[in-house]
Amino acid sequence: MHEMSIATSLLNIIRQEMDKHGATKLISVKVVFGKLSNIVADSLDFAFEVLTKDTVLEGAKLEIEELPLTMRCCKCETEFSPELANAMFAPCPECGEEFGHTLLTGKELYLENIQAE
Amino acid sequence: MEIPVVRNILEANDRIAEQLKALFTQHKILVLNLISSPGAGKTSLLERTLTDLKDEFTMAVIEGDCMTDNDARRVAATGAQAVQINTEGGCHLDSSMVLSALSSITLDGLDILFVENVGNLVCPVEFDVGEDAKIALLSVTEGDDKPEKYPLLFAESQVMLLNKVDLLPYVDFDVDVALRHAGRINKDIEMFQVSCRSGEGLDIWYDWLRKERSAKAQA
Ligand SMILES: Nc1nc2c(ncn2[C@@H]2O[C@H](COP(=O)(O)OP(=O)(O)OP(=O)(O)O)[C@@H](O)[C@H]2O)c(=O)[nH]1
Ligand SMILES: [Mg+2]
Ligand SMILES: [Zn+2]
Repeated sequence: MHEMSIATSLLNIIRQEMDKHGATKLISVKVVFGKLSNIVADSLDFAFEVLTKDTVLEGAKLEIEELPLTMRCCKCETEFSPELANAMFAPCPECGEEFGHTLLTGKELYLENIQAE
Repeated sequence: MEIPVVRNILEANDRIAEQLKALFTQHKILVLNLISSPGAGKTSLLERTLTDLKDEFTMAVIEGDCMTDNDARRVAATGAQAVQINTEGGCHLDSSMVLSALSSITLDGLDILFVENVGNLVCPVEFDVGEDAKIALLSVTEGDDKPEKYPLLFAESQVMLLNKVDLLPYVDFDVDVALRHAGRINKDIEMFQVSCRSGEGLDIWYDWLRKERSAKAQA
């Protein structure tokens, strides 16, 4: 639902970085987000398209990578990556512990790189 | 050319949030970000709290609302300072909105600042507004599967208030299911069962506020 504000923020960063490197034409951008960050890739893509239309950035490709959830068991420290839809509740595959695992990946939301000329 | 970046996309929001945090710490103000679905009872909780703790603390509220100033008027009726931010359809408050609302709040002598976020269990969680803690409010009319469906909110909140417990006899909400799921997602979350209608359970919430407020004052 907040893909518009994310795309706006993303474009601000892109413009800054392009200025910094003297680039004028944007070719592609890579964004990484975690499964838990509630981003809908299609909505982000759409927001990006709408916001770049009729600007010098129009036509740039948005690459989106989704990171899985990975957790570390709070009891035996096993790292695991639950595949279930309700992944937050997956028991540890080693010891079966269900509560209080540490989230290692899944909350990210960042711009990884920009291809520009 | 390839420009490697690796920058957090919400960094502009986070940068302002950091400044807000520093400001709040300097003034020793406890700041709480209240997040729930529409109608779970955020404004009702504020009306109760602002009235019951009126003699103990100086409190203010920033109200995020899509369209109206109804909530700000309800809250202002208790005598507390209230500022309205209209998000005009936006699904969350961000740190720059809170920053601009601060210009209409007297920070000197303020003990607690509440931010009532826009009714939404998803988007507000992503946008830090400089708060000390997020408070998730869930009401028993929404279904006991909400912690399971919206884990990020419960993972990031320090407190879950389960509201409208006066309605438990009339709904099929299983309190144990909701509490168990919230506890799985976040083993440190504190959970209080309250009714803003009858006042039941609010004392424990007030004790939590007293404890957090005095910790902030000593920080
Ligand atoms: N029975 C009962 N009703 C409640 C309780 N708390 C709030 N309500 C009612 O729930 C409705 C919504 O309450 P609000 O406090 O306006 O909820 P809100 O979360 O601020 O709503 P939005 O700002 O629109 O998202 C009102 O009609 C309240 O009277 C409660 O503990 N029990
Ligand atoms: Mg309200
Ligand atoms: Zn284990």
